[in-house]
Amino acid sequence: MTNRHPGRSILLTSGLAIALAVVAIPLYWVLVAATHSSDEIFDSPPPLLPGTSFLDNLNTLQQEAHFGQVILNSLGIATVYTLLAGAVCTLAGYGFATYRFRGREALFGLLMLGLIVPAQITLVPLFRTMAELHWLNTYQAVVLPNLALPFGIFLMRQSMSGLPKELLDSGRIDGCGEFRLFLRVALPPMRPALAALAIFLFLYQWNDFVWPLIVLRASTSFTIPVALASLQGLDETDYGAILAGTAIAAVPMAVVFLALQRHFVSGLLAGAVKE
Amino acid sequence: MTLAPPVAATGARRSGAPAARRRRRPSPAPYLFVLPALLLFAAFKLYPIGWSFVMSLHRKVAGADTFVGADNYLRLLDDPLFWTALRNTGVILAVQVPLMLALATGLAVALNSTLLRGRSVFRLGFFLPMVTGLVAYGIAFSVLLNKEYGLVNWLLSGLGIGPVPWLTDGLWAQISLGLALTWHYTGYNAVILLARLQNVPKELYDAASVDGAGAFAAFRHVTLPGLRPALLLTTVLSTIGTLQLFDEPMVLTGGGPDNATLTIGVYLYRNAFSYFDFGYASALAYALTVLIGLLGLLQFRLLGDKGSTS
Repeated sequence: MTNRHPGRSILLTSGLAIALAVVAIPLYWVLVAATHSSDEIFDSPPPLLPGTSFLDNLNTLQQEAHFGQVILNSLGIATVYTLLAGAVCTLAGYGFATYRFRGREALFGLLMLGLIVPAQITLVPLFRTMAELHWLNTYQAVVLPNLALPFGIFLMRQSMSGLPKELLDSGRIDGCGEFRLFLRVALPPMRPALAALAIFLFLYQWNDFVWPLIVLRASTSFTIPVALASLQGLDETDYGAILAGTAIAAVPMAVVFLALQRHFVSGLLAGAVKE
Repeated sequence: MTLAPPVAATGARRSGAPAARRRRRPSPAPYLFVLPALLLFAAFKLYPIGWSFVMSLHRKVAGADTFVGADNYLRLLDDPLFWTALRNTGVILAVQVPLMLALATGLAVALNSTLLRGRSVFRLGFFLPMVTGLVAYGIAFSVLLNKEYGLVNWLLSGLGIGPVPWLTDGLWAQISLGLALTWHYTGYNAVILLARLQNVPKELYDAASVDGAGAFAAFRHVTLPGLRPALLLTTVLSTIGTLQLFDEPMVLTGGGPDNATLTIGVYLYRNAFSYFDFGYASALAYALTVLIGLLGLLQFRLLGDKGSTS
């Protein structure tokens, strides 16, 4: 195929390369800006190559926003969230995919309601609930409300509906209990889907802004997005420091994503639009 | 109302199920698997949804919640800022979403092409913006688009194009918001479309080419119909996302200048957490929900059915 149209192939590839360059400019620029002082960023012409102020920026971040603590907060919250939400979504997805039971469609439909009801509708009541429980500023207040994530449940149901019935039935004949069956028989072949779910959940929590912004009140308990936004709100915004924080925030995401991207894309593909 | 997942696995695994059910007694096992999700959902979604409705019928009068009936909803009708927010959201929906989805379709077709070299690098590259946090890219764009000192205007001035007031002029702020959204979500939509594209049987393209169809005819008669379920999914998801838009305008423009990028989400947040008018904020949330429900239904009507049941 490729050899038949060498001209078109080059045209298409270079066209996409240009598009990718445009897409990549903001990312590259964030990395460059992270190594400059705020004054340098707003120089004319703007800096296009790395500078020498990265450590100064880190220092500012640490002093103005307790950034070390903030990174630990984000890491801890996202990790705990991924584990708990992953368990909840996987259990539910398995239940809906492999059993036929009374009310199955209705219950699943109810959960999917969460996809169309805007998150904003729950913000105010949830905030008041958390205030009454004296949970403002706590990590459980950040993590708990989104554990039963509709998209996660949907993804796992889609992936697990591909599990061969014979596999589960042969496990039952061997006398395996239902939960052990889930752990030992159903989960192992689901590794790619689980990896996709894990990345999705981690990404979701790592970047979540609105809810942490509302429930977290003390700057020492902020997550990265909340801390960055709070720095931007200051009278004299230090963009060098903020963009350094932005670059740092992207590092774990890029690492997780690159490590698992094969699973992520294939798992998301299988889950999102499988017939 | 239930949302039928547009691409649910219906029919695929019907065989064998009745026999399995006859063999076993009804067991509590399936309920135990879905119970944690249902309990959490009831506590943190259903209960607040109900409470929010009750709240939307109340207003704080002298420090006490007082029942005011439909007052908050009637106030919506007379509130110019509500209509501004609605119009802004509508403009994004009418302009940015179709442009982005067309771009995503083109990107998916290109990424799926056998003519493309280094496909995996491209797939990864176009997907990277999605990994970037909302706040992070909002801040980055706000600096890049700075009128006097931003990189974008500096590059444009090299081409002899005068400084564009990206974030300080109403119309340009809307365009900036659209650009940021497109940058962030096109790759994501392209991946969903790409997945679907890979399920379109090769034979259909062969048949089309035997029938003498050119590249454009093949796209129109094979690719587009094949993409239909995924287009429905991306359209509905983008519509919901746009109606709920909050993070980007909040960080990029704060809803300004002069409310040009005020969305319903930002306005709701202002009412709730700046003015502490929870009753009115709840009424806004319910208006938003009704809107999303109506638009979702409409889209299923227009795009759904024929394509998704095949």
